Amino acid sequence: MSWLDRLRGRPSPRETAKQRLQVILVHDRSDLSPGLLEVIKDEIIAVLSRHVPIIAEEVRVTVTQDARECRLVADIPLGNRHSRS
Amino acid sequence: MSAQVITVTSGKGGVGKTTVTANVGMALAMAGKKVVCMDADIGLRNLDVVLGLENRIVYDIVHVVEGRCRTRQALIRDKRVPDLYLLPAAQSRDKSAVKPEDMVRICEELRPEFDYILIDSAAGIEEGFRTALAPADLILLVTNPEVAAVRDADRVIGLVEAMGKPTPKLIVNRLKPDMVRRGDMLDTSDVLEILAIELLGVIPEDEQVIVATNRGVPVVLEERSPAGQAFRAIARRLMGEPVPLFPSEDGQGVLGWLRRLVRSGGGR
Ligand SMILES: Nc1ncnc2c1ncn2[C@@H]1O[C@H](COP(=O)(O)OP(=O)(O)OP(=O)(O)O)[C@@H](O)[C@H]1O
Ligand SMILES: [Mg+2]
Repeated sequence: MSWLDRLRGRPSPRETAKQRLQVILVHDRSDLSPGLLEVIKDEIIAVLSRHVPIIAEEVRVTVTQDARECRLVADIPLGNRHSRS
Repeated sequence: MSAQVITVTSGKGGVGKTTVTANVGMALAMAGKKVVCMDADIGLRNLDVVLGLENRIVYDIVHVVEGRCRTRQALIRDKRVPDLYLLPAAQSRDKSAVKPEDMVRICEELRPEFDYILIDSAAGIEEGFRTALAPADLILLVTNPEVAAVRDADRVIGLVEAMGKPTPKLIVNRLKPDMVRRGDMLDTSDVLEILAIELLGVIPEDEQVIVATNRGVPVVLEERSPAGQAFRAIARRLMGEPVPLFPSEDGQGVLGWLRRLVRSGGGR
């Protein structure tokens, strides 16, 4: 890559390759496609909102990994019962 | 004596399995070990050509499996080193001609007489994959520092673990240090971080590999070839010698100093 690209702050082909690989492998290893994660997220929202108020649009469902171990992580911000109706 | 059986495999094809098998086998033999290189790529044999032994084949592994010759009769001795033998694949047959249990049986028969049995696998993860892995004590996973090759290597690691085999050791082949330095190619450290398995060696891209393959003279026999040196280092590591994985590739002198300076200042 050229010095100009570097000056413009563009990621190098090496960085791009590494990031793409990390995303690809998360899905390969867990056998969870991005589409399936969306479905899971919607169902989690549906189930939980029957019990607690949650901020649906800020819910994040992701797969993380540490070495070769995959983990499904759901981050669910709870809504405030009093300030929202 | 009981040989260690080492299977050389990959996910993606064409990454250098045959080149690794021939050269590491030759390097081990140069170090005085008794070695058999076995071609398990039935129907697409190549190991004979890379070793330059194609004109001496009489029997092949399928003849052995079908009982048409003894295992010993099918072994071709390489005259350039004391104890290197090739067990060739059949060219006009398909993968189903050799079963996993055949590989295990042939290896059991050869084990007492050799130090190392290296098995070159076919590309892909179908039946030939299991056949080549069946007798393995150690699995060498070859990849190139490229997205597709690393992705497929990751799949192989998963499959090997599911088979209950030991986790493979990694060989990164065709690394171009200049491209890595410019940020244009994945580095070994990136591949290692992603695959999270033990590294056995790094082989640089080297035109002499192609020249050597065309001549049928494995590149390890070329004293000065960078790839040849990398293959000899891998062989020594297999023999248990502590050989550093990352020799100071930048070298000594002003040029090396300049390179290190540029690299430390130009990481981004
Ligand atoms: N370090 C290297 N430098 C330059 N060329 C190389 C290097 N390693 C392998 N090659 C070349 O790459 C090509 C493929 O190598 P090789 O046949 O060993 O791959 P393979 O994994 O056995 O392929 P297949 O999956 O078809 O069996 C060959 O032309 C070989 O000469
Ligand atoms: Mg091959």
